[in-house]
Amino acid sequence: MRHPIIERLRRALPAGAVLSSSEELKPYECDALTLYRQMPLAVALPADEAQVAAVLRLCHEAQVPVIARGAGTGLSGGATPRADAVLLSLARLSRIVGIEPLARTARVQPGVRNLAISEAAAPYNLYYAPDPSSQIACTIGGNVAENSGGVHCLKYGLTVHNVLALRVATLEGEVLEIGSAAPDAPGYDLLALLTGSEGLLGVVTEVTVRLIPKPQCARVVLAVFDDLAKAGRAVADVIAAGITPAGLEMMDRPTIAAVEPFVRAGYPLDAEAILLCESDGAPAEVEEEILHMESVLRGAGATECRVSRDEAERLRFWAGRKAAFPAMGALSPDYYCMDGSIPRRRLAAVLQAIREMEGRYGLRCTNVFHAGDGNLHPLILFDSNIADEVARAEAFGAEILELCVREGGSITGEHGVGMEKIDQMCVQFGSGELAVFHAVKHAFDERGLLNPGKAVPTLHRCAELGRLHVRGGQLPHPELPRF
Amino acid sequence: MFDLQPLEERIRTAAAARRPLRIRAGGSKDFYGGPLAGELLEVGALSGVTLCEPTELVLSARAGTPVAELERVLAAHGQMLAFEPPQFAGRATLGGAVASGLSGPRRVYCGAVRDFVLGVEVIDGRGERLSFGGKVIKNVAGFDVSRLMVGSLGTLGVLTEVTLKTVPRPRAECTLRFEMDQPKALESMRLWATRPLPLSATEWEDGVLHVRLSGAEAAVRAARQDLGGEIVDGAHNRWESVREQQLPFFTAARELWRVSLPVDSPPLPAAGPTLIEWGGSLRWLSGPQDGNALRTLAGRLGGHATLYRAPSKPPSGPFQPLSSAMLSVHKRLKAVFDPHGIFNRGRLYPDF
Repeated sequence: MRHPIIERLRRALPAGAVLSSSEELKPYECDALTLYRQMPLAVALPADEAQVAAVLRLCHEAQVPVIARGAGTGLSGGATPRADAVLLSLARLSRIVGIEPLARTARVQPGVRNLAISEAAAPYNLYYAPDPSSQIACTIGGNVAENSGGVHCLKYGLTVHNVLALRVATLEGEVLEIGSAAPDAPGYDLLALLTGSEGLLGVVTEVTVRLIPKPQCARVVLAVFDDLAKAGRAVADVIAAGITPAGLEMMDRPTIAAVEPFVRAGYPLDAEAILLCESDGAPAEVEEEILHMESVLRGAGATECRVSRDEAERLRFWAGRKAAFPAMGALSPDYYCMDGSIPRRRLAAVLQAIREMEGRYGLRCTNVFHAGDGNLHPLILFDSNIADEVARAEAFGAEILELCVREGGSITGEHGVGMEKIDQMCVQFGSGELAVFHAVKHAFDERGLLNPGKAVPTLHRCAELGRLHVRGGQLPHPELPRF
Repeated sequence: MFDLQPLEERIRTAAAARRPLRIRAGGSKDFYGGPLAGELLEVGALSGVTLCEPTELVLSARAGTPVAELERVLAAHGQMLAFEPPQFAGRATLGGAVASGLSGPRRVYCGAVRDFVLGVEVIDGRGERLSFGGKVIKNVAGFDVSRLMVGSLGTLGVLTEVTLKTVPRPRAECTLRFEMDQPKALESMRLWATRPLPLSATEWEDGVLHVRLSGAEAAVRAARQDLGGEIVDGAHNRWESVREQQLPFFTAARELWRVSLPVDSPPLPAAGPTLIEWGGSLRWLSGPQDGNALRTLAGRLGGHATLYRAPSKPPSGPFQPLSSAMLSVHKRLKAVFDPHGIFNRGRLYPDF
């Protein structure tokens, strides 16, 4: 029997805006964390704010859970559907409402792609700085929900630093205006609270972002190291020298080996680690900074430094880093991308521990690292056709995240908690903090209908896991739903 | 280790008796916000840097640590606080800087207090010690309670420790002076901000615009040649006086309004002198104003007006009133952290 909410949504939305047949629902069964798949109850495709509010109001009345979804590129399962929930797609709210070049702001609907904002601002020599690697496809609404980062966020900040205002529809269908184009809006910083709240508090219907002037040029140093620890120290030396690179990325030997045949960037295959250190700004400034970077990197023991001579070479140096994920796809049937952050000084120890885990779990792991801000992306290679490997990959990933917490870091630097890391939240936070998160959730969503089961675990679940950790972290009932 | 237990017990006792508490460390911002109410809860003794990792760009300190001390520690490593919080004659503390959310001249060019807060430790209104955020630059686990504390004026809890992201000091700095009327200064600041120039502060008052450039030597040199104007020697003191609100404009004002606007807003009609910062988005108005008219105008332009300093404040409070929907969200959040309403009652809004 069809759920009555489907008919109610049909009456409230234009024709074709509610999907409910299994072939229509199939494309929505997962986001980019494909390990978890589930057909939703229905998909609603509202076209404007009033329709979004209507969907929320109807779901609230009928007490049906709602899961907001942008482009579905999230890596932590933040938009993984549930069989009892309406999936609210923001894809049709895809209009750029306006660009104000003098105010340096863009007002956009949540379904606008990240890169489309910069494209629209390009005629004014402005751009939107945060650039998650999925920026061609991912939408700004999803970026706000996850507080997305990117390779340039050491210098230019995360989403939370670049969003000025939001319009947010509450579960009751009311619209809140949060933040403003004027600095420091009065009252509590709800803008920060909503950013990264993973669809648990409300649904973003409009975003005002800050645009910044495009740097005149950019160049990158490719520094080669014969030792991973040396590369780690080089990163610290660059920061200590007072340099804030536009990007500072590290790749380990297995990653270099995997990407080089794929992109032919000219990476030396005998290197233990490569650092890409980018400078942007006015030409004279970049020249000065590149010289400074080069001398610090050599001083830290780089065996070789290559400086990009032109834009084509700069892009070639970056090509390998950007192709790291697809290259893994060619190397292994499946890979699992983790997202922990650590104090950088613990890098060598953490990578050593991951190597040791590779042996224990019988799976390979390669590492790319937003070195400047301590955000590690281990990629665990596995084959989902071997059922046991999925479980091993998940356990391997969980152990890496718990290691990050022990080393003073976090279980997620930029991908969000979603479904994926919900159990590790119990490791990072105590019961007091989790209780506050639940109370905050309750302040916006009394009945727990917005994206239930994501981002914040129940205390009950943590207590259960707490006992289990003693026995080695294996779930006894993996078939049980996560609340 | 600092013993927080007496503080927790005091809060629990106050909560049980529903007795309001007024959180205070240096007392440098007693003038700011709504009326001071409740029994004094002194937290200035919670002082000292607990973690300094310049190569991680991370600094943690107890909330009562003077801002001036943080700046001294960072300067030794060639770093600073990017948001330039006022030090108010050495009395301002880290906790107060975070609770007030007041940033200095760099605000619109480098970021606000909230942009650099990475984590907080706080005691809530039940006397429970809680820890949010962390000590690493990138961390998106859990709701961002750390930033929620910024500007909350102590109404959500007692901050005990704060972790900040630090930044390197610029290698070069230069201040330029231009004679311009207000419309021309606003237009110039707006235009310059759309170009990749190393701006780090702007300030206009009485026909004179000061522009600070900070960054790599080559960038500052190029921008200086590009913008023209007259180079000001020893401008450091002037920017300190702007940051500390010690220019005669500020010290002479009996009543001071702080109006925050989108950067492309026109000059405000004001009865009395105006000082402009932040590329045009912060307008200080000295002397009595028609508060209601000013708030209506600021609101229409997409901003807000704060009665920053005054001999007496209206019962509606010094801050732009919230919409009823937003006020109800605020009350619910207040109840999450301080269910008995004991912390800094009425300091942010008269309603809670």
